[in-house]
Amino acid sequence: MTTQVAAVEVIRVVSSEKAVRGRSLWRDAFYRLKKDRIAIFCLSVVGLYSLIALAAKFGWIASPWDKVVGAPYLAPSLDSIELFLGTDIFGRSVFYKVIQGTRIAMSVGLVSSLISIPIGVFFGALAGYFRGWVDDLIVWFYTTVSSIPNIMLLIAIAFIMGKGITSIYVALGITAWVSLARVIRGEFIKHKSREYVLAAESLGAGHASRIFKHILPNVSHFIIINLSIQFMSAIKSEVILSFLGLGVQGQPSWGVMIDDARLELSRGVWWQLAGATVAMFFVVLAFNILGDSLRDSLDPKIK
Amino acid sequence: MLPYIFRKLLSTIPTLFGVALIVFILFNMVGGDPTYQMLGRHANAKQVEELRHEYGFDQPKYIQFGQYLKQIITFDYGRSYATKQPINQMIKDGIGPSLSLMIPSFFITTLLAVSLGLLVAYFRGKWIDKLVVILSVFGMSVSMLAYILFGQYFLAYKLGWFPISGYETAWPDRLQYLLMPMIIFVVVSLGYDVRFYRTAILEETSQDYVRTARAKGLTESRIFFKHVLKNSMIPILTNIVIEIPLLILGAFLLESFFGIPGLGSITIDAVHNSDFPVIKAMTTLDAILFILGNLATDIMYTLVDPRVSLK
Repeated sequence: MTTQVAAVEVIRVVSSEKAVRGRSLWRDAFYRLKKDRIAIFCLSVVGLYSLIALAAKFGWIASPWDKVVGAPYLAPSLDSIELFLGTDIFGRSVFYKVIQGTRIAMSVGLVSSLISIPIGVFFGALAGYFRGWVDDLIVWFYTTVSSIPNIMLLIAIAFIMGKGITSIYVALGITAWVSLARVIRGEFIKHKSREYVLAAESLGAGHASRIFKHILPNVSHFIIINLSIQFMSAIKSEVILSFLGLGVQGQPSWGVMIDDARLELSRGVWWQLAGATVAMFFVVLAFNILGDSLRDSLDPKIK
Repeated sequence: MLPYIFRKLLSTIPTLFGVALIVFILFNMVGGDPTYQMLGRHANAKQVEELRHEYGFDQPKYIQFGQYLKQIITFDYGRSYATKQPINQMIKDGIGPSLSLMIPSFFITTLLAVSLGLLVAYFRGKWIDKLVVILSVFGMSVSMLAYILFGQYFLAYKLGWFPISGYETAWPDRLQYLLMPMIIFVVVSLGYDVRFYRTAILEETSQDYVRTARAKGLTESRIFFKHVLKNSMIPILTNIVIEIPLLILGAFLLESFFGIPGLGSITIDAVHNSDFPVIKAMTTLDAILFILGNLATDIMYTLVDPRVSLK
């Protein structure tokens, strides 16, 4: 059985070597990702959510979401698109609220990633490249940040900055960089003594050039892998923060809708909970699977 | 062993100091004057002045930081602004309910997840492996809030299998209130854990010693339960540390939904009341719990892995 497995491995290695010869890391990864039908499907789901979010942002769909479309707590019906998921306590369309919630969730994922990724890359690169006291200081700093359980740090920041979506962006952005910084630091330690970096050094490349021009492109796939996971956890955290009343105010978010559902369920009103949960389920599922597939296709170690 | 523990204990001091610094910067400097948050918009100058004096906000920052460090060391966090109770008394009252919910939840989850991880690693590639992996990913993707609301509405309210919420301090009765929150916690964390342990165990099975064990003719089940399981203790311990923040989040949501008067409920109440001293104390306390959990794991590594040096 073992020999069989080993033989298969050898064949796979040989054939994949044949297939990937002459391709760059990114071309190669794209080639492998393209073959992964489930990953492509998940990527399409993420794309669809992004399109919905953009369309909602520009007011092309589900707008105005706070228009009264029927009696309070109308059950879902197929009569019209607005009543597809019924109405809430004020007679507003739950379907529109779900779509507006998509906009909030995707924007939280995007903005918090835009904040956390540069921080994570910057600290990780500095620590891994320079080592010594810089490394000690940065490692101490991120160990400290990660010692405060995430939800407490999120609550503390949201509490201090006041309620609203800006605090959610910032809170998620400045708590989420630690895992990326750890990975980038580890990769920089490995890469800084590789031959291509030494060659760049002997050709007169300075520190900044070596960090950003030479090493960073070679570790950048970890940023993509991290992005997928970070997007997902940002969406999950936004829902919990909004649910705790620390998040989005006066706008429909999935967390706020789930919070509303707390009191509605005993009256048999299940559609707000179902709409928000199902919408969230598919996007989180897609990011979950996509994260795994990206790791498989981008991480050269797992070829 | 003892010197090792002592050294590890010393090495937590910089981290603890860092936590204190971050919490202090967040609450006492970035946050501006917390008295406005506590009193709301309609406070008059005299009230603000009194409160500032009571909590020491009129002192210079370095003295405030010193006082905060003293609070951490003496475990005396002052009084709650909302309930006027001493915070350390609130913590003492809350820690029992929290632990009686989270400790069993944690052990049941770990036991189930490790067993399932072993099972699917044993049947790797077969349909049961695929099924469990798919179910895990699906389970991970549902919000914890949805599980809670579903449990509370269908299992407790509709079917009446469990009480909807509430708490009892006396012992066998306490269990009936804790049962459903425990089940929910286990279901929520199982997906992630099973996948984690499956990967960890599969990594172990590709090691040389497993091939040697197979070569000398050991049965697969013996290899798994005797050799692989023992060696997988290291990633299992690692996962324990990863679990602590999830335990705290779980405590938050489960306690506040099911009316369990633990640390999570106290924190959520404090957030709703803008109870600044309590939130600050809870943030510090949770960080200390996390650091202690890390420390305990480091010590346990030495028990399961003889390669970990005590020097």
